[in-house]
Amino acid sequence: MNEPERSIIILYLILVGVLLTAAGLIWLERRLLGLWQDRYGPNRAGRFGSLQVAADMIKIFTKEDWIPPFADKPVFVIAPAIIVVTTLLSFAIIPFAPGIEIVNLNIGLLFFLAMSSLSVYSVALAGWASDNKYSLLGGLRAAAQMLGYEVFMGLALAGVIMLAGSFNLREIVEAQRKVWFFIPQFPGLIIFVIAGLAETRRIPFDLPEAENELIAGFHTEYSGMKFGMFFVGEYMGVTLISALIATLFFGGWLGPLLPPLCWMIIKTFVFICGFILVRASLPRLRYDQLLSFGWKLMLPLALLNVVATGAIILAAS
Amino acid sequence: MLSLIKGIWTVLKHSIRKRETILYPEEKPNLYPRWRGRIILSRDPDGEERCVACYLCAAACPVDCIALQATQDEHGRRYPEFFRINFSRCIFCGFCEEACPTYAIQLTNDFEMGEYYRHNFVYEKDHLLISGPGKYPGYNFYRVAGVSVGGKDKGEAENEEPPVDIHSLMP
Repeated sequence: MNEPERSIIILYLILVGVLLTAAGLIWLERRLLGLWQDRYGPNRAGRFGSLQVAADMIKIFTKEDWIPPFADKPVFVIAPAIIVVTTLLSFAIIPFAPGIEIVNLNIGLLFFLAMSSLSVYSVALAGWASDNKYSLLGGLRAAAQMLGYEVFMGLALAGVIMLAGSFNLREIVEAQRKVWFFIPQFPGLIIFVIAGLAETRRIPFDLPEAENELIAGFHTEYSGMKFGMFFVGEYMGVTLISALIATLFFGGWLGPLLPPLCWMIIKTFVFICGFILVRASLPRLRYDQLLSFGWKLMLPLALLNVVATGAIILAAS
Repeated sequence: MLSLIKGIWTVLKHSIRKRETILYPEEKPNLYPRWRGRIILSRDPDGEERCVACYLCAAACPVDCIALQATQDEHGRRYPEFFRINFSRCIFCGFCEEACPTYAIQLTNDFEMGEYYRHNFVYEKDHLLISGPGKYPGYNFYRVAGVSVGGKDKGEAENEEPPVDIHSLMP
Protein backbone atom coordinates (compact mmCIF):
# COMPACT_ATOMS: atom_id res chain seq x y z
CA MET A 1 0.00 0.00 0.00
CA ASN A 2 1.40 3.38 -0.86
CA GLU A 3 1.68 6.27 1.51
CA PRO A 4 -1.31 8.57 0.71
CA GLU A 5 -3.82 5.71 0.66
CA ARG A 6 -2.51 4.40 3.93
CA SER A 7 -2.75 7.78 5.63
CA ILE A 8 -6.30 8.29 4.37
CA ILE A 9 -7.32 4.90 5.75
CA ILE A 10 -5.71 5.73 9.09
CA LEU A 11 -7.44 9.09 9.10
CA TYR A 12 -10.86 7.50 8.65
CA LEU A 13 -10.14 4.77 11.17
CA ILE A 14 -9.15 7.33 13.78
CA LEU A 15 -12.16 9.54 12.96
CA VAL A 16 -14.59 6.64 13.25
CA GLY A 17 -12.81 5.30 16.30
CA VAL A 18 -12.96 8.62 18.10
CA LEU A 19 -16.63 9.19 17.26
CA LEU A 20 -17.55 5.67 18.33
CA THR A 21 -15.61 6.06 21.55
CA ALA A 22 -17.33 9.35 22.27
CA ALA A 23 -20.72 7.73 21.67
CA GLY A 24 -19.81 4.68 23.71
CA LEU A 25 -18.68 6.90 26.56
CA ILE A 26 -22.24 8.12 27.01
CA TRP A 27 -23.17 4.56 27.90
CA LEU A 28 -19.95 3.81 29.78
CA GLU A 29 -20.26 6.87 31.96
CA ARG A 30 -23.83 6.06 32.93
CA ARG A 31 -22.92 2.46 33.70
CA LEU A 32 -19.88 3.40 35.76
CA LEU A 33 -21.74 6.12 37.66
CA GLY A 34 -24.35 3.47 38.38
CA LEU A 35 -21.71 1.03 39.60
CA TRP A 36 -20.24 3.59 41.97
CA GLN A 37 -23.63 4.65 43.23
CA ASP A 38 -24.71 1.05 43.91
CA ARG A 39 -27.23 0.92 41.09
CA TYR A 40 -27.21 -0.40 37.54
CA GLY A 41 -27.57 2.43 35.05
CA PRO A 42 -28.98 1.64 31.62
CA ASN A 43 -29.33 -2.15 31.39
CA ARG A 44 -32.47 -2.73 29.33
CA ALA A 45 -31.62 -1.98 25.69
CA GLY A 46 -29.39 -4.77 24.46
CA ARG A 47 -26.89 -6.72 26.52
CA PHE A 48 -25.90 -4.68 29.61
CA GLY A 49 -27.72 -1.77 27.97
CA SER A 50 -25.17 -1.55 25.19
CA LEU A 51 -27.80 -0.57 22.63
CA GLN A 52 -28.62 2.47 24.76
CA VAL A 53 -26.17 4.42 22.61
CA ALA A 54 -28.13 3.54 19.48
CA ALA A 55 -31.37 4.49 21.19
CA ASP A 56 -29.90 7.80 22.33
CA MET A 57 -28.62 8.47 18.82
CA ILE A 58 -32.00 7.80 17.23
CA LYS A 59 -33.63 10.05 19.79
CA ILE A 60 -31.22 12.92 19.43
CA PHE A 61 -31.25 12.82 15.61
CA THR A 62 -35.03 12.77 15.34
CA LYS A 63 -35.62 15.43 17.95
CA GLU A 64 -36.88 18.83 16.92
CA ASP A 65 -33.87 21.03 16.31
CA TRP A 66 -35.21 24.34 17.44
CA ILE A 67 -33.52 27.68 17.08
CA PRO A 68 -35.00 30.31 19.35
CA PRO A 69 -36.33 33.31 17.38
CA PHE A 70 -34.35 35.73 19.55
CA ALA A 71 -31.03 33.95 18.95
CA ASP A 72 -28.25 35.20 16.72
CA LYS A 73 -28.85 32.53 14.14
CA PRO A 74 -25.56 32.04 12.24
CA VAL A 75 -23.45 32.17 15.40
CA PHE A 76 -25.92 29.94 17.19
CA VAL A 77 -25.57 27.31 14.48
CA ILE A 78 -21.82 27.49 14.13
CA ALA A 79 -20.97 27.39 17.85
CA PRO A 80 -21.56 23.67 18.45
CA ALA A 81 -19.61 22.82 15.31
CA ILE A 82 -16.51 24.62 16.56
CA ILE A 83 -16.08 22.42 19.61
CA VAL A 84 -16.38 19.22 17.56
CA VAL A 85 -14.02 20.48 14.87
CA THR A 86 -11.33 21.71 17.25
CA THR A 87 -11.43 18.55 19.34
CA LEU A 88 -11.31 16.32 16.27
CA LEU A 89 -8.41 18.36 14.87
CA SER A 90 -6.50 17.84 18.11
CA PHE A 91 -6.68 14.09 17.56
CA ALA A 92 -4.61 14.58 14.41
CA ILE A 93 -1.41 14.91 16.40
CA ILE A 94 -1.84 11.97 18.76
CA PRO A 95 0.39 9.00 17.93
CA PHE A 96 -1.70 5.94 18.78
CA ALA A 97 1.12 3.59 17.82
CA PRO A 98 4.23 3.84 15.67
CA GLY A 99 2.87 4.74 12.24
CA ILE A 100 -0.71 5.12 13.39
CA GLU A 101 -1.17 8.86 13.50
CA ILE A 102 -2.59 11.41 11.13
CA VAL A 103 0.22 13.96 11.07
CA ASN A 104 3.63 13.95 12.65
CA LEU A 105 3.81 17.62 13.57
CA ASN A 106 6.99 18.81 15.18
CA ILE A 107 4.92 21.44 17.01
CA GLY A 108 2.31 18.86 18.02
CA LEU A 109 1.79 20.02 21.57
CA LEU A 110 1.51 23.66 20.54
CA PHE A 111 -1.11 22.61 18.01
CA PHE A 112 -3.09 20.87 20.74
CA LEU A 113 -2.87 23.93 22.99
CA ALA A 114 -3.99 26.16 20.12
CA MET A 115 -6.96 23.93 19.35
CA SER A 116 -8.06 23.74 22.96
CA SER A 117 -7.84 27.53 23.15
CA LEU A 118 -10.02 27.79 20.07
CA SER A 119 -12.63 25.51 21.57
CA VAL A 120 -13.45 28.17 24.14
CA TYR A 121 -14.98 30.18 21.28
CA SER A 122 -17.57 27.46 20.89
CA VAL A 123 -18.80 27.79 24.44
CA ALA A 124 -18.49 31.55 24.68
CA LEU A 125 -20.24 32.08 21.33
CA ALA A 126 -22.97 29.60 22.22
CA GLY A 127 -23.63 31.52 25.42
CA TRP A 128 -23.60 34.84 23.58
CA ALA A 129 -25.71 33.80 20.60
CA SER A 130 -28.42 32.22 22.74
CA ASP A 131 -29.42 35.68 24.01
CA ASN A 132 -30.40 34.25 27.33
CA LYS A 133 -29.00 35.50 30.59
CA TYR A 134 -28.21 32.02 31.91
CA SER A 135 -26.47 31.07 28.69
CA LEU A 136 -24.51 34.28 28.75
CA LEU A 137 -23.41 33.68 32.33
CA GLY A 138 -22.39 30.16 31.37
CA GLY A 139 -20.43 31.44 28.40
CA LEU A 140 -18.71 34.09 30.51
CA ARG A 141 -17.78 31.56 33.12
CA ALA A 142 -16.46 29.22 30.45
CA ALA A 143 -14.33 31.97 28.95
CA ALA A 144 -12.84 33.00 32.31
CA GLN A 145 -12.28 29.40 33.34
CA MET A 146 -10.65 28.43 30.07
CA LEU A 147 -8.36 31.46 30.12
CA GLY A 148 -7.25 30.69 33.65
CA TYR A 149 -6.70 27.00 33.15
CA GLU A 150 -5.23 27.22 29.67
CA VAL A 151 -2.24 29.12 31.05
CA PHE A 152 -1.04 26.55 33.51
CA MET A 153 -2.01 23.67 31.27
CA GLY A 154 0.69 24.88 28.91
CA LEU A 155 3.10 25.43 31.79
CA ALA A 156 2.42 21.94 33.16
CA LEU A 157 3.48 20.53 29.83
CA ALA A 158 6.68 22.62 29.82
CA GLY A 159 8.34 20.12 32.12
CA VAL A 160 7.59 17.26 29.77
CA ILE A 161 8.82 19.28 26.84
CA MET A 162 12.07 20.09 28.64
CA LEU A 163 12.67 16.43 29.51
CA ALA A 164 11.89 15.23 26.01
CA GLY A 165 13.46 18.20 24.26
CA SER A 166 10.70 18.28 21.69
CA PHE A 167 7.16 19.38 20.97
CA ASN A 168 6.70 16.33 18.78
CA LEU A 169 4.48 13.81 20.52
CA ARG A 170 6.15 10.86 18.87
CA GLU A 171 9.54 12.00 20.15
CA ILE A 172 8.05 12.62 23.59
CA VAL A 173 6.88 9.00 23.69
CA GLU A 174 10.25 7.76 22.46
CA ALA A 175 11.95 9.78 25.20
CA GLN A 176 10.02 7.75 27.77
CA ARG A 177 11.70 4.47 26.85
CA LYS A 178 13.76 4.54 30.07
CA VAL A 179 11.26 6.00 32.51
CA TRP A 180 7.72 7.18 32.03
CA PHE A 181 7.40 10.89 32.69
CA PHE A 182 4.85 10.58 35.47
CA ILE A 183 7.74 9.80 37.85
CA PRO A 184 10.01 12.79 37.15
CA GLN A 185 7.06 15.01 36.29
CA PHE A 186 4.55 14.00 38.98
CA PRO A 187 3.52 17.60 39.87
CA GLY A 188 3.20 18.28 36.16
CA LEU A 189 0.86 15.30 35.83
CA ILE A 190 -1.36 16.45 38.68
CA ILE A 191 -1.54 19.98 37.30
CA PHE A 192 -2.25 18.71 33.80
CA VAL A 193 -5.05 16.43 35.00
CA ILE A 194 -6.68 19.30 36.89
CA ALA A 195 -6.32 21.60 33.89
CA GLY A 196 -7.69 18.82 31.67
CA LEU A 197 -10.77 18.47 33.87
CA ALA A 198 -11.32 22.20 33.60
CA GLU A 199 -10.72 22.20 29.83
CA THR A 200 -13.37 19.55 29.26
CA ARG A 201 -15.71 21.33 31.69
CA ARG A 202 -16.32 18.21 33.72
CA ILE A 203 -17.30 18.02 37.35
CA PRO A 204 -15.82 19.49 39.59
CA PHE A 205 -15.18 22.24 37.03
CA ASP A 206 -18.51 22.19 35.19
CA LEU A 207 -19.50 25.71 36.24
CA PRO A 208 -20.34 26.84 32.69
CA GLU A 209 -23.26 24.41 32.70
CA ALA A 210 -23.95 24.20 36.43
CA GLU A 211 -27.50 22.94 36.21
CA ASN A 212 -28.65 23.99 39.64
CA GLU A 213 -27.75 27.63 39.12
CA LEU A 214 -27.69 28.17 35.34
CA ILE A 215 -30.26 25.61 34.06
CA ALA A 216 -27.76 24.18 31.56
CA GLY A 217 -25.47 27.17 31.18
CA PHE A 218 -24.23 27.85 27.69
CA HIS A 219 -26.35 25.12 26.05
CA THR A 220 -29.64 26.01 27.70
CA GLU A 221 -31.22 26.99 24.40
CA TYR A 222 -29.80 24.11 22.38
CA SER A 223 -31.77 21.03 21.44
CA GLY A 224 -31.55 18.11 19.10
CA MET A 225 -28.26 17.42 17.40
CA LYS A 226 -26.85 20.86 18.22
CA PHE A 227 -27.00 19.90 21.85
CA GLY A 228 -25.69 16.50 20.80
CA MET A 229 -22.61 18.17 19.33
CA PHE A 230 -21.79 19.78 22.68
CA PHE A 231 -22.42 16.46 24.33
CA VAL A 232 -20.24 14.47 21.95
CA GLY A 233 -17.67 17.28 22.01
CA GLU A 234 -17.39 16.92 25.77
CA TYR A 235 -16.83 13.18 25.53
CA MET A 236 -14.34 13.62 22.73
CA GLY A 237 -12.55 16.14 24.93
CA VAL A 238 -12.40 13.56 27.70
CA THR A 239 -10.97 11.00 25.28
CA LEU A 240 -8.48 13.54 24.00
CA ILE A 241 -7.23 14.56 27.42
CA SER A 242 -6.99 10.91 28.48
CA ALA A 243 -5.04 10.05 25.35
CA LEU A 244 -2.74 13.00 26.02
CA ILE A 245 -2.15 11.98 29.64
CA ALA A 246 -1.28 8.51 28.39
CA THR A 247 1.01 9.89 25.71
CA LEU A 248 2.76 12.58 27.73
CA PHE A 249 3.12 10.97 31.12
CA PHE A 250 2.56 7.23 30.80
CA GLY A 251 4.68 6.29 27.83
CA GLY A 252 1.99 6.29 25.14
CA TRP A 253 2.15 3.05 23.20
CA LEU A 254 5.16 1.74 25.18
CA GLY A 255 4.60 -1.40 27.20
CA PRO A 256 5.57 -5.04 27.35
CA LEU A 257 3.98 -8.03 25.55
CA LEU A 258 0.86 -6.47 24.00
CA PRO A 259 1.01 -4.64 20.66
CA PRO A 260 1.58 -0.87 20.94
CA LEU A 261 -1.95 0.10 19.87
CA CYS A 262 -3.39 -2.09 22.63
CA TRP A 263 -1.29 -0.35 25.26
CA MET A 264 -2.39 3.07 24.03
CA ILE A 265 -6.04 2.07 24.10
CA ILE A 266 -5.78 0.46 27.55
CA LYS A 267 -4.03 3.50 29.03
CA THR A 268 -6.51 5.93 27.48
CA PHE A 269 -9.40 3.84 28.73
CA VAL A 270 -8.04 3.78 32.28
CA PHE A 271 -7.79 7.56 32.34
CA ILE A 272 -11.28 7.93 30.90
CA CYS A 273 -12.54 5.78 33.77
CA GLY A 274 -10.54 8.02 36.10
CA PHE A 275 -12.36 11.07 34.74
CA ILE A 276 -15.67 9.38 35.37
CA LEU A 277 -14.58 8.37 38.87
CA VAL A 278 -13.75 11.99 39.65
CA ARG A 279 -17.17 12.97 38.41
CA ALA A 280 -18.76 10.33 40.61
CA SER A 281 -17.02 11.57 43.75
CA LEU A 282 -16.39 15.30 43.76
CA PRO A 283 -18.86 18.16 44.18
CA ARG A 284 -18.80 21.27 42.04
CA LEU A 285 -16.60 24.16 43.15
CA ARG A 286 -17.85 27.66 43.79
CA TYR A 287 -16.98 30.05 40.98
CA ASP A 288 -14.61 32.32 42.92
CA GLN A 289 -12.94 29.25 44.44
CA LEU A 290 -12.42 27.90 40.95
CA LEU A 291 -10.71 31.05 39.73
CA SER A 292 -8.60 31.67 42.81
CA PHE A 293 -7.61 27.99 42.83
CA GLY A 294 -6.46 28.33 39.25
CA TRP A 295 -4.63 31.63 39.44
CA LYS A 296 -3.33 31.60 43.01
CA LEU A 297 -2.42 27.95 43.52
CA MET A 298 -2.09 26.04 40.27
CA LEU A 299 -0.31 28.74 38.27
CA PRO A 300 2.48 29.29 40.83
CA LEU A 301 2.81 25.53 41.28
CA ALA A 302 3.15 25.05 37.53
CA LEU A 303 5.77 27.80 37.39
CA LEU A 304 7.68 26.24 40.29
CA ASN A 305 7.54 22.90 38.50
CA VAL A 306 9.02 24.49 35.38
CA VAL A 307 11.79 26.18 37.38
CA ALA A 308 12.62 23.02 39.35
CA THR A 309 12.65 20.82 36.24
CA GLY A 310 14.87 23.32 34.46
CA ALA A 311 17.26 23.50 37.42
CA ILE A 312 17.50 19.70 37.66
CA ILE A 313 18.14 19.32 33.94
CA LEU A 314 20.80 22.01 34.09
CA ALA A 315 22.45 20.43 37.13
CA ALA A 316 22.38 16.98 35.50
CA SER A 317 23.97 18.19 32.31
CA MET B 1 -6.53 17.86 49.20
CA LEU B 2 -6.30 14.65 51.22
CA SER B 3 -10.04 14.68 51.74
CA LEU B 4 -10.57 14.75 47.97
CA ILE B 5 -8.46 11.62 47.55
CA LYS B 6 -10.27 9.97 50.46
CA GLY B 7 -13.57 10.79 48.79
CA ILE B 8 -12.47 9.31 45.48
CA TRP B 9 -11.22 6.19 47.27
CA THR B 10 -14.55 5.79 49.08
CA VAL B 11 -16.40 5.98 45.79
CA LEU B 12 -13.99 3.52 44.19
CA LYS B 13 -14.63 1.03 46.99
CA HIS B 14 -18.26 0.98 45.90
CA SER B 15 -17.22 -0.89 42.75
CA ILE B 16 -17.38 -4.14 44.69
CA ARG B 17 -20.50 -3.34 46.73
CA LYS B 18 -23.76 -5.12 46.08
CA ARG B 19 -26.12 -2.97 44.04
CA GLU B 20 -29.24 -1.76 45.76
CA THR B 21 -31.48 -1.84 42.71
CA ILE B 22 -34.23 -4.43 42.51
CA LEU B 23 -34.55 -5.38 38.84
CA TYR B 24 -38.29 -5.11 39.01
CA PRO B 25 -40.12 -7.16 36.42
CA GLU B 26 -37.75 -10.11 36.83
CA GLU B 27 -37.28 -9.68 40.55
CA LYS B 28 -40.29 -8.85 42.69
CA PRO B 29 -39.95 -6.41 45.54
CA ASN B 30 -40.65 -7.56 49.09
CA LEU B 31 -44.01 -6.07 50.06
CA TYR B 32 -45.01 -5.92 53.70
CA PRO B 33 -48.50 -6.88 54.90
CA ARG B 34 -49.53 -3.29 55.47
CA TRP B 35 -48.50 -2.23 51.97
CA ARG B 36 -51.10 0.14 50.56
CA GLY B 37 -51.91 -1.00 47.06
CA ARG B 38 -55.03 -1.69 44.99
CA ILE B 39 -58.25 -1.10 46.92
CA ILE B 40 -60.81 -3.91 47.23
CA LEU B 41 -64.22 -4.38 48.83
CA SER B 42 -64.41 -7.51 50.96
CA ARG B 43 -67.26 -9.82 52.01
CA ASP B 44 -68.06 -11.15 55.47
CA PRO B 45 -67.66 -14.86 56.28
CA ASP B 46 -71.28 -15.51 55.23
CA GLY B 47 -70.48 -14.23 51.76
CA GLU B 48 -72.46 -11.00 52.08
CA GLU B 49 -71.06 -7.59 51.21
CA ARG B 50 -69.49 -5.95 54.22
CA CYS B 51 -70.00 -2.43 52.92
CA VAL B 52 -72.91 -0.65 54.58
CA ALA B 53 -72.65 2.43 52.35
CA CYS B 54 -72.00 4.82 55.22
CA TYR B 55 -70.01 7.23 52.96
CA LEU B 56 -67.24 7.55 55.53
CA CYS B 57 -64.61 6.43 53.04
CA ALA B 58 -65.81 8.94 50.47
CA ALA B 59 -65.76 11.63 53.14
CA ALA B 60 -62.28 10.68 54.29
CA CYS B 61 -60.84 10.50 50.80
CA PRO B 62 -58.54 13.53 50.36
CA VAL B 63 -58.70 13.42 46.58
CA ASP B 64 -62.39 12.62 46.27
CA CYS B 65 -61.84 9.52 44.18
CA ILE B 66 -64.55 7.37 45.83
CA ALA B 67 -68.14 7.67 44.71
CA LEU B 68 -71.01 5.49 45.94
CA GLN B 69 -74.76 5.42 46.37
CA ALA B 70 -76.45 3.75 49.35
CA THR B 71 -79.50 1.56 49.05
CA GLN B 72 -81.26 -1.12 51.15
CA ASP B 73 -82.36 -4.69 50.56
CA GLU B 74 -85.73 -6.08 51.73
CA HIS B 75 -84.36 -6.81 55.22
CA GLY B 76 -83.24 -3.23 55.72
CA ARG B 77 -79.60 -4.11 55.23
CA ARG B 78 -77.70 -1.23 53.64
CA TYR B 79 -75.38 -1.80 50.74
CA PRO B 80 -73.91 0.37 47.97
CA GLU B 81 -75.94 0.52 44.78
CA PHE B 82 -72.78 1.45 42.95
CA PHE B 83 -69.29 1.88 44.27
CA ARG B 84 -66.73 3.57 42.07
CA ILE B 85 -63.05 4.33 42.67
CA ASN B 86 -61.11 6.42 40.22
CA PHE B 87 -57.60 5.01 40.53
CA SER B 88 -56.10 7.70 38.36
CA ARG B 89 -56.81 10.04 41.25
CA CYS B 90 -56.27 7.69 44.16
CA ILE B 91 -53.11 8.44 46.14
CA PHE B 92 -53.22 5.18 48.14
CA CYS B 93 -53.18 7.03 51.45
CA GLY B 94 -55.30 4.37 53.18
CA PHE B 95 -57.63 6.88 54.86
CA CYS B 96 -60.65 5.04 53.47
CA GLU B 97 -59.52 1.82 55.11
CA GLU B 98 -59.04 3.65 58.40
CA ALA B 99 -62.42 5.30 58.16
CA CYS B 100 -64.33 2.12 57.33
CA PRO B 101 -66.37 0.89 60.34
CA THR B 102 -66.99 -2.55 58.85
CA TYR B 103 -63.55 -3.49 57.43
CA ALA B 104 -65.19 -3.56 54.02
CA ILE B 105 -62.73 -1.39 52.11
CA GLN B 106 -59.15 -2.66 52.29
CA LEU B 107 -55.85 -1.86 50.60
CA THR B 108 -53.98 -4.86 49.23
CA ASN B 109 -50.47 -5.77 48.15
CA ASP B 110 -51.15 -5.40 44.44
CA PHE B 111 -49.61 -2.37 42.78
CA GLU B 112 -49.34 -3.51 39.17
CA MET B 113 -52.24 -1.49 37.85
CA GLY B 114 -50.85 0.09 34.69
CA GLU B 115 -53.37 0.86 31.97
CA TYR B 116 -53.13 2.20 28.45
CA TYR B 117 -56.30 4.26 28.69
CA ARG B 118 -57.14 6.62 31.46
CA HIS B 119 -60.79 5.62 31.64
CA ASN B 120 -59.74 2.07 32.46
CA PHE B 121 -58.63 3.35 35.84
CA VAL B 122 -62.22 3.81 36.93
CA TYR B 123 -63.11 0.65 38.85
CA GLU B 124 -66.76 -0.22 39.40
CA LYS B 125 -68.16 -2.35 42.21
CA ASP B 126 -67.80 -5.64 40.34
CA HIS B 127 -64.12 -4.84 39.78
CA LEU B 128 -63.60 -4.00 43.43
CA LEU B 129 -65.64 -6.66 45.19
CA ILE B 130 -63.74 -9.83 46.07
CA SER B 131 -65.30 -13.09 47.23
CA GLY B 132 -63.41 -13.41 50.53
CA PRO B 133 -63.05 -11.52 53.80
CA GLY B 134 -59.61 -10.03 53.04
CA LYS B 135 -57.39 -9.20 55.99
CA TYR B 136 -60.00 -9.87 58.71
CA PRO B 137 -61.21 -13.46 58.17
CA GLY B 138 -63.64 -13.88 61.11
CA TYR B 139 -65.20 -10.47 61.23
CA ASN B 140 -68.86 -10.09 60.50
CA PHE B 141 -70.16 -6.60 61.16
CA TYR B 142 -73.85 -7.45 61.46
CA ARG B 143 -73.09 -10.25 63.94
CA VAL B 144 -71.48 -7.78 66.36
CA ALA B 145 -73.38 -4.59 65.60
CA GLY B 146 -76.34 -3.57 67.69
CA VAL B 147 -78.68 -2.92 64.81
CA SER B 148 -81.65 -4.99 63.83
CA VAL B 149 -81.45 -6.30 60.35
CA GLY B 150 -82.59 -9.30 58.36
CA GLY B 151 -84.06 -11.54 61.08
CA LYS B 152 -81.63 -10.44 63.78
CA ASP B 153 -83.05 -8.17 66.38
CA LYS B 154 -81.42 -5.69 68.75
CA GLY B 155 -79.55 -7.42 71.56
CA GLU B 156 -79.02 -10.63 69.63
CA ALA B 157 -75.54 -9.83 68.43
CA GLU B 158 -72.47 -11.55 69.86
CA ASN B 159 -71.42 -10.24 73.30
CA GLU B 160 -74.30 -7.78 73.23
CA GLU B 161 -76.36 -6.95 76.32
CA PRO B 162 -80.11 -7.12 75.86
CA PRO B 163 -81.56 -3.73 74.94
CA VAL B 164 -82.31 -1.33 77.74
CA ASP B 165 -85.99 -1.13 78.61
CA ILE B 166 -86.43 2.63 78.48
CA HIS B 167 -89.81 2.43 80.20
CA SER B 168 -88.42 0.70 83.30
CA LEU B 169 -87.37 2.63 86.40
CA MET B 170 -84.97 -0.07 87.56
CA PRO B 171 -81.26 0.75 87.47
